[in-house]
Amino acid sequence: MKNEGLIYRISGPVVTAIDMKAAMYDVVRVGTEGLMGEVIELHGDKAVIQVYEDTSGIRPGEIVVNTGETLSVSLGPGLLTQIYDGIQRPLPTLEKEMGVFLTRGVDADAFDLEKNWTFEPQVSVGDTVVGGQVVGHVQETDTIVHKIMVVPGMGGVVKSIESGDFNVTQTICTFEDGTDMQMMQKWPVRTPRPYLQKYPPVIPLITGMRILDFLFPLAKGGAAGIPGPFGSGKTVTQQSLAKYSDAQLVVYIGCGERGNEMTEVLDEFPHLIDPNTGKPLMERTVMIANTSNMPVAAREASVYTGITIAEYYRDMGYDVALMADSTSRWAEAMREISSRLEEMPGEEGYPAYLSTRIAEFYERAGRVETLNGEDGSITVIGAVSPPGGDISEPVSQGTLRIVKVFWGLDAGLARQRHFPAINWLNSYSLYPQSLDQWFRDNIAQDFPEIRVELSGLLQIESELQEIVQLVGSDALPADQQLTLEVARMIREYFLQQNGFHEVDAYCDIHLQYKMAKAILAFQESAKSAMASGAQLGDVVNVPSRSHLMRGRLNKGYIDTIDDMVKIMLTEIAATVEGN
Amino acid sequence: MTGKEYRTITDVKGPLVFLNKTEPVAFGEIVSLRLSNGTIKNGQVLDTSDDMVIVQVFEGTAKIDREAGVTFMGDVFKLPVSEDLIGRILDGAGKPRDGGPDIVAEQYDDIIGAAINPYSRRSPHDFIQTGISAIDCCTSLVRGQKLPIFSASGLPHNDIALQIARQAKLTGSDEEFIVVFCAMGITAEEYNFFRADLERTGALEKAVLFVNLADDPAVERIITPRLALTAAEYLAFEKDYHVLVIYTDMTNYCDALRQIGAAREEVPGRRGYPGYMYTDLAMLYERAGLVKGKKGSITQFPILTMPGDDITHPIPDLSGYITEGQIVISRELHQQGIYPPINVLPSLSRLMGSCIGEKTTREDHKSVSDQMYAAYAQGRELRGLVAIVGEDALNERDKQLLEFSGVFEDKFLRQSRDENRSIEETLDLCWTLMSRIDTKYLVRLDQKWIDKYHPDNRK
Repeated sequence: MKNEGLIYRISGPVVTAIDMKAAMYDVVRVGTEGLMGEVIELHGDKAVIQVYEDTSGIRPGEIVVNTGETLSVSLGPGLLTQIYDGIQRPLPTLEKEMGVFLTRGVDADAFDLEKNWTFEPQVSVGDTVVGGQVVGHVQETDTIVHKIMVVPGMGGVVKSIESGDFNVTQTICTFEDGTDMQMMQKWPVRTPRPYLQKYPPVIPLITGMRILDFLFPLAKGGAAGIPGPFGSGKTVTQQSLAKYSDAQLVVYIGCGERGNEMTEVLDEFPHLIDPNTGKPLMERTVMIANTSNMPVAAREASVYTGITIAEYYRDMGYDVALMADSTSRWAEAMREISSRLEEMPGEEGYPAYLSTRIAEFYERAGRVETLNGEDGSITVIGAVSPPGGDISEPVSQGTLRIVKVFWGLDAGLARQRHFPAINWLNSYSLYPQSLDQWFRDNIAQDFPEIRVELSGLLQIESELQEIVQLVGSDALPADQQLTLEVARMIREYFLQQNGFHEVDAYCDIHLQYKMAKAILAFQESAKSAMASGAQLGDVVNVPSRSHLMRGRLNKGYIDTIDDMVKIMLTEIAATVEGN
Repeated sequence: MTGKEYRTITDVKGPLVFLNKTEPVAFGEIVSLRLSNGTIKNGQVLDTSDDMVIVQVFEGTAKIDREAGVTFMGDVFKLPVSEDLIGRILDGAGKPRDGGPDIVAEQYDDIIGAAINPYSRRSPHDFIQTGISAIDCCTSLVRGQKLPIFSASGLPHNDIALQIARQAKLTGSDEEFIVVFCAMGITAEEYNFFRADLERTGALEKAVLFVNLADDPAVERIITPRLALTAAEYLAFEKDYHVLVIYTDMTNYCDALRQIGAAREEVPGRRGYPGYMYTDLAMLYERAGLVKGKKGSITQFPILTMPGDDITHPIPDLSGYITEGQIVISRELHQQGIYPPINVLPSLSRLMGSCIGEKTTREDHKSVSDQMYAAYAQGRELRGLVAIVGEDALNERDKQLLEFSGVFEDKFLRQSRDENRSIEETLDLCWTLMSRIDTKYLVRLDQKWIDKYHPDNRK
C-alpha cells in the first residue's frame, strides 16, 4: 500500500478511496483539484473520506493523496483579528483568490507567514524548557501579548535563543538535541491541548447583561447552553456576549448560520470598542464563519478549529470566551455525514455518538493551570437551535446534560419584545454557590441575598399571574398588587435590556447591583407608605419612579441613580400625607 | 466523453435509475436517457462509483425500461443565461414554455451556485416600501433580504406576494425590480393567476418565469429553484439588476426532496424529511444578498404553506432558522375578512433595524413600530381575559388597549389589494390610531416623537 490511491465512489461530501494506506483522521487531497478531506472510516481496503469542499464533477478513478497528517490548525502571532472558514482558511485571502463566490481547490495560509514580529526572549542559553513553557513573546495587538510556547511534548536544553524581528517560520530557538522551534506551531484540532490541572470555577464571567450576571451567572471556565427557537434572539445574545463580556479574548464561531448575519458582525466589530480595555473589539477576536451553505464537512470541523485556537490562547494564561452559534448546525453536519456513511442512527437520525461528541466538546472548557504554571480559562457558550423550539430533542438534551448554565430563550417573550428573551422561570445556573464569595468580596456583601430576593419575587409573580388570569388584577389585595408592580419593575427595568442601545447594551456589574437595590428600596418604601394609608395608585405613579426607570438609558446613570432613588423615596413618603 | 450510450440499467426505483459500471462518471454530471419510443429524459448523477451509478431522473421514470439508452453529458447542470431571459417563460427544467426560441446563451452557469464568501457580502440596508402597512411598519423589508411568507392552504398568500411584487420600490428612487418567479408544483389555476396578474401590470415583460406545475414531474422541482436563482444571480451580479425572486410553494419542493430521499432508502430525519434538508434549503435561501463590487441585489420571497398550520413543522421550522425573519399569514384574521391577514406578532424582520430611521424611512419609525406592536400584543392578550371575566372587569388602560387591538386589525392591517400606502402614510396612520390610547400608556414612545407627531400636537 502506498500514500496514493484512487477514488472508488462519490456520494455528496463523502468520497471512498481504494488502494491507499490510510489511518483514521488522516488528511487527504482528493481528485485532480486536490480538495481537502479527512479519513473518517476504514472498510477493508477502502478509506471513507469526508471532503471539505463541493464534490461536483469529481470522477471515480481520480487520484487521492494521503498527506499523513491529521487535521490541524496553525497557531502563532497573526491569529487575532482574522476571519476564517471552517478549516482555517482566511476569508479575505479566499476573496482575493476566488472572487466573491467561494469556488474550490484553493489553499491559503492561516496568517501572514512573511510578516515580521519583534520577538523578546524570556529564557537563556542553558535553561531547560519543557512543553508548554513560554520562551518569549511578541506584541500581537495593542492589548494582547502573544506568548511563544514550546509545543507540548517537545523541549530540552536551550542551545541558542534569538531576539529581534522574525517571521513565524524562522527559527527562534534551538535545543541541545538539535531540534529547533519557530513561532508558528501546528496542533491537531481533534486533540485537546494538555494542561496541568483543572481548577474549580470561582470567578464570574461578567457579561454586562443584567439577567445573566445577576440571576444566572456564568463562571470563567464554565459552559453555558442557549437553546431557543428561531427569532428568540440567540444570535443577538451571542453577539452581545462577544462584544461585552470581560474575557480577554473571544473566539466567535458562526457555524452553519446566516451569511448576512456574519457580514453584520464583520462590519460592526472593527468599529466597536471593548468596554473593558477601550480598544477595538476586533483586536481581541478571532472569527470563524462557515455559513449554512458552505460545505457541510467544514462546518463539522469549524467548532474544533475554534476551540483549538481558544486552547492555544488559554495556554498563554488568558481568559478566553468561545461562542458557538449554533451547535445544532454542527450536530446536523454530523448527522448528514453519518447518514452518508449509512451508519445505524440513534435518536432522530443523529448518530449514536452525538452526545459523546457534545460532551467532549464542552469538556474542553475549563479554568486550568497551564503547562507554564499560569491560570487560563475557556468559557464555552453554545447556542442550540431546537426544531420547533422543543428542547426535548437530542442536541438540547445532550447539551443540558453537560453544561452548568442554561439560558432558556423564549419565543413568547420575544413576541412581547421582551429582550433578552431569556425565561427567568426555567433558566438556571449551578454556579452561584461557587461564585457567591467573589460577588461578596468584589461587589457587595449582600449581593447573593439580593439575587435570591429578586428571583423570589419573580417566582411569586408567576403564581399571582395565574390568579390574575382568572379574576383580573383588581380582585387582588393591595399588597399583592404591589408585589405584581414590583415584579413588573424587575422585568421592565432590570431584566429587559436593549442590546442595540449605546448605553443600555452594557451594564456595569456595580450598577446592576444599585439597580436591584433601587427596586427593593421602592418595594420597602411603598409597603410602609401603604401601611400608613397611602393608595397603591399614588405610590406606583410617583413621577420620580419613571424618571428612575428611564434614567438607565442615559450616560452616567451610575452617578445619578442614588439621588434619583432618594427623590423617589421622598415622593413615596409624601403620598401618605397627600392622602 | 459524450456520445457513448450505455444500455446497462439494472434497477429503476421511484425517480432513480441504477446503472452498472460505465466509464468514470462525475458526481453531479448531467445524464440524458433515450427511451425505446424515442423520448428523451434528463437526469443527474447522485452517486457514482466504479460499480454503480445512481441517476435521478427529472421528468419522472415512467416508460423507462432496461433497454433505455443512457448518455453521460460530461458536465454538471448548467443554465444558458443572457439578458434574453427577461420576459421569458421557461419550464421547470429550463426549456422554453412560451413557444419562443431557445435562450441564446451569453454564458452557461452552474445551477448549484457557489456560496458567497461571507467576507465579500455587503450589509443590506436599503428599505423596500411594499405599500402594505403591516409589512412596512412592523416587519420592514430590506433589499438583499430573504423573507418568506409562512402561509397555509386556503389563505391569500399569492395575492400578498403579487401585491408586493407590484408595489415594491425603494423610497425616493425609481429603480425597479426584475421579478424572477419560480413555481414548484402549484396548480395550473394558481399559475394562470400569477401570470395574468403579471401580464395585467406589465411586469411580465420584465420578469423571468420558471414553471413546474402540479402535474409536472416532482423531481424536476429539485432543480427549478436552482435555475431561477442562477438566472437571478446572473441578472443581479453580472447585469446589475435588482432582482426579486418569488418562489412558491417551498412545501412542494421539500416533499420532492423527501421523495428522493425515500427512494434512496436514506435514513430519514423528522417527519421523513432528509437529514440534510437544512443544508439543502440553505443552499437556496443563502443565494440572496448583495456583494462587494456589484451593483445588483437579490431579494427573496419564498412562499411556503405550513402543513396543518403548524409553524413547528420541519419545513417552516428549518426555513425560519435560515431566513431573515418571516411574514406569518393568519387563518383567524382571514376568516374575519381582513386582507392582508398578516399576524404581526409572530412575524419578524431580522434586518429591520438596519433599514429604518431618519435617513431611510422616518425618525420615529422604530419607536412607533415598537409601540404599535406592544399595544396590539397586549390588546390581543386581553381578549382571552375578557372572554372569562367580561369587559367590565378591565381597568381603563386595558379597555383602551382592547379597543385598540380591534382598530389595529380593522384600520391598520386592512387595506385593499391595490392600495399602495407610502411609509409616511403608514406611520401617520399609526399615530392616528395610537392617539385613541391615553398618552401616558404609550410608554414605548419617546417624548420627543409624541411632541412632534401626535395628532394632538400637530394641529
